[in-house]
Amino acid sequence: MKPKGTFNLFARRKDWESLWYSLLAIVFSFLLVALIMLAMGYNPINAYAALFRGSFGSVYAISLTLCRSVPLIFVGLAVGFALKGGMFNIGGEGQLYMGGFTSAVTALILPQGMPVFISLPLAILAGMVAGMVWGGAIGLIKAKLQINEVIVAIMLNYIAQLLTSFFVNKYFMAKGSMTPQTEILPAGMQLPNIVANSQLTTSLYIALFMGVVYWFVFRHTVFGYEVNALGNNPSAAGTGGVHTVRTTVLVMAFSGALASMAGIFEVFGTYGRFIDGFSPGIGFTGIAIAFIGQGKPLGIILAAILFGSLQAGAMQMSLMEGVSAHIDKVIQGLVIVFIATPNFIRYLLNRKTR
Amino acid sequence: MEILTTMVNLLMMTFRLSIPIALAAIGVTISERSGVINLGIEGIMLLGAMGAVVGSHIAGSAWIGLFVALATGVVVGGLYALFVLGFKANQSVIGIGLNSLASGLTVVTVKSIWNKEGISGTVDQLETFTVPLLHKIPTIGTMMTDQSPLIPITLFVSLFAAYVLGRTKVGLRLTSIGEHPLAAATAGIPVMRYRTLAIIVGSALAALGGAYLSVVHSNLFVNNMVAGRGFMAIAANILGGWNPIGALLASLLFAFTQALRFQFSYIQMPEQISQLIPYVITLLVLVGVGRKAKSPAKLGVL
Repeated sequence: MKPKGTFNLFARRKDWESLWYSLLAIVFSFLLVALIMLAMGYNPINAYAALFRGSFGSVYAISLTLCRSVPLIFVGLAVGFALKGGMFNIGGEGQLYMGGFTSAVTALILPQGMPVFISLPLAILAGMVAGMVWGGAIGLIKAKLQINEVIVAIMLNYIAQLLTSFFVNKYFMAKGSMTPQTEILPAGMQLPNIVANSQLTTSLYIALFMGVVYWFVFRHTVFGYEVNALGNNPSAAGTGGVHTVRTTVLVMAFSGALASMAGIFEVFGTYGRFIDGFSPGIGFTGIAIAFIGQGKPLGIILAAILFGSLQAGAMQMSLMEGVSAHIDKVIQGLVIVFIATPNFIRYLLNRKTR
Repeated sequence: MEILTTMVNLLMMTFRLSIPIALAAIGVTISERSGVINLGIEGIMLLGAMGAVVGSHIAGSAWIGLFVALATGVVVGGLYALFVLGFKANQSVIGIGLNSLASGLTVVTVKSIWNKEGISGTVDQLETFTVPLLHKIPTIGTMMTDQSPLIPITLFVSLFAAYVLGRTKVGLRLTSIGEHPLAAATAGIPVMRYRTLAIIVGSALAALGGAYLSVVHSNLFVNNMVAGRGFMAIAANILGGWNPIGALLASLLFAFTQALRFQFSYIQMPEQISQLIPYVITLLVLVGVGRKAKSPAKLGVL
């Protein structure tokens, strides 16, 4: 019953122990979904085999997995960054819509003659600023008014998605297009493919680079240290000289910038344009990823690849075995629940040994 | 006379659109008064919608479908309570996980039964009712004709919840738990039992709200048919000041903004803008009221 306002989930347990629990939670989720499939009359072994083939069975499959992982790495880092500072950023969905939309519109509005090495960074930066504002606002409202950041983030998610949808439909609709989407970006602004005939682009390198930046910030900078202090014990951090209001706003702003990159690089990489409602809940998946990765960049990248492979393989599983492709959402939901409940895993383990 | 007819139509459409949001919002209020946040409401509504369709499909009766939805809500609420209260998991995280689980499980289940992706077959739909005699009154009579039984049920649930929370021992104890769980425990109130009960009742109401969408408003399940109404219910609860009647009024206000668009198509309010209004209003109220918000003091703290 001890009141605690922050998520010091990362710091509490030993590394190996939390890794072990994470693995168990994942294995347990897969087993439970196998039982569900069995109960519904599917063959889980064939289904999982198809899932694996669809996600790692060929060069195309692997590039699809990595393509799906890229936005997940960004949002995983975003949620992890906020959690380190003791905040729960479930606003990633809104931040990535604002980022993706703002950068796409900037890219389309900038004069055609402008060299790409100026216009592309400018457009990306514009998107990141939009993400920072959308994230920073949550931090500001929390720090100044002590309003639960989760509630504010939910409202901002819907506002962002509906606003961008409105603007695309009303003002930026591609000519002759049936689906609400902007015009395709100038060829020079689209990131090059890594694997031919796939959607995997160099945005993968940017995602991995942001992982390195994340690691560097927490390992080698004063700001990273302050964020950690704030997350572990806000009042102690305040006493110790951390400007808590400013740091709270900054943490959410940077988290928002990271999340916005998920949208920005879907626009400049995967799709080459902004599409209304393009995100299948990427921002929410980021929460699962940050928890599995325990807020560590390498863990977040591996967890993002795991979820990317689920999304990539689910299609194959649906085609081969008739299971709905939405089964990846079931696995994802269970993983979130079990990762967040170490006490449940502990309970299961103790029962077995007793 | 024509204006009167339009007003009556607008009013009835507002009622119809408000039902799923209102039922879920009252559920959210009950749960949050005990100090428990449930972000999984959206998912519970989806599961309720699916449960109702499956129940109606198997039993051939939409009423049975509604009961299956209620039972689904009770079971899911019980599981939520087990993880959040029993295993002390973070409430927001479990809620998000539940939403993801529900959005997948509903579609997977529907496909395993009807072998169609994202849409079920048609099932028995709840009949409407017409009040005898009264429906013959001109204009007003349309309010008594072909109406959903869930309109009076929702009104009753709201009043009854307000009575229980504000006027009975159980309700006052529940509120005291949300304000100061330690003090309540010291006074000998079984905190866990009350919270579990509040979560289960809230979850069952949300599931009923979802069932309205699938077997009352329509006669099938469609992928993601709740479409954010769960989160809108959370907003309605806030706007309603954590009070069941307030939650109902806020839901009516949200529904009214949607009904305006349907009823007066010449206004040409874009769909997105009418959907935006509830979230903007709630955000503004939250920021405006700020620290003075009437939220339970220990909301989300176990």
